[in-house]
Amino acid sequence: MKKWHELVPGAVILEGGSAVRFKTGSWRAFKPLWIKENCIQCLFCWMYCPDMSVTVQDGKMTGFDYDYCKGCGICALECPGKKGNKAIIMEEEGK
Amino acid sequence: MSTELKLKELSKKEDLFTHGHRMCAGCGAPIIVKMVLLAAEHPVIAANATGCLEVSSCISEYTAWKIPWIHTAFENAAATISGVETMYRAYKKKGKMDKDVKFIAFGGDGGTYDIGFQSLSGAMERGHDMLYICYDNGAYMNTGIQRSSATPRGADTTTCPAGSVIPGKPQRRKDLTRIMAAHNIPYAAQAAPSHWLDLMKKVRKALSAGGPTFMNIISPCNRGWRSKTDDAIALSRLAVETCYWPLYEVENGETRLTFKPKTKKPLIEFLKPQGRFKHLFAPENEQRLKQLEADIDAEWQRLLKESAG
Repeated sequence: MKKWHELVPGAVILEGGSAVRFKTGSWRAFKPLWIKENCIQCLFCWMYCPDMSVTVQDGKMTGFDYDYCKGCGICALECPGKKGNKAIIMEEEGK
Repeated sequence: MSTELKLKELSKKEDLFTHGHRMCAGCGAPIIVKMVLLAAEHPVIAANATGCLEVSSCISEYTAWKIPWIHTAFENAAATISGVETMYRAYKKKGKMDKDVKFIAFGGDGGTYDIGFQSLSGAMERGHDMLYICYDNGAYMNTGIQRSSATPRGADTTTCPAGSVIPGKPQRRKDLTRIMAAHNIPYAAQAAPSHWLDLMKKVRKALSAGGPTFMNIISPCNRGWRSKTDDAIALSRLAVETCYWPLYEVENGETRLTFKPKTKKPLIEFLKPQGRFKHLFAPENEQRLKQLEADIDAEWQRLLKESAG
């Protein structure tokens, strides 16, 4: 923790996106699990994730960033899956 | 070159609003901010009125924003960004700047419908080239779910608690999108995060209108709406499909529906999953529920008439 005289005057933060240093994954009670074979790569999970915790590489979903995922479950609810089988399910942490 | 509005293409863009922010799990506001910043085709400078989004995205030394961003008081996000926009125009005139930059103000419904209303109205009237985005979660959620003028009739909040004296908020909600359209600005629209393509198209339209523009976006709040953490998008979709939150735009005075549900779902499908409306299903509140349905239906009928032109 910085002392008051070490802070930038005017409460200015010069480093954009510094919130990445604050990990919110510990908030999670339920954890999303990705079932790759049911994934149709619609990317709805990526678009609807409030915590930017769905990892996508070259336009393809590759999993979750558990350092930040708060486990809200929006991705699992919105996942259309394949033939009625979800590609994302929620599991209780610590199971 | 602008990015095509396709998820695959958009996912290659940098997140300008990062993880590590401290909004509640399942909040609608960060989803909206992400979509807005993804849709913008130019560098953006933003002002943010005090509210949930502001307090939890920028906590001393930690900011989730990767764009120039100013925290301003509850009442003056629009005034702040209009000042920045004026400075930008002066710089351009003097040849000190040649970049094309866009200006956006974010505010919740408390900071927009109530406290920041006069500064918003003023900024719109002065004609600044800016977009004001209200993420409307229907109460002062940040301070503990107090009623605002965006709270729908009948909703239970901590300052209009449903009980033996009143059945939730007695008054009807303010129709802010219409009020903003009445400023005769080039573009005003209503959007929902469940309909992401519609939302992003509207952001692009607003940012290229070359004048003051306004967007009102419904932002589900599972803490205040007393719903589940995973249903923000589902509730946003139900709000649209029940015509509680119609998707429309007013462009140069012309009203156009951008989404018309094939069959209008009954309003109770939107109300039932939310604990803030639970008491409306008690037999003694049947009339109140009917009243709320009548309010929503009257607004929808008026909108249908206006958009039929």
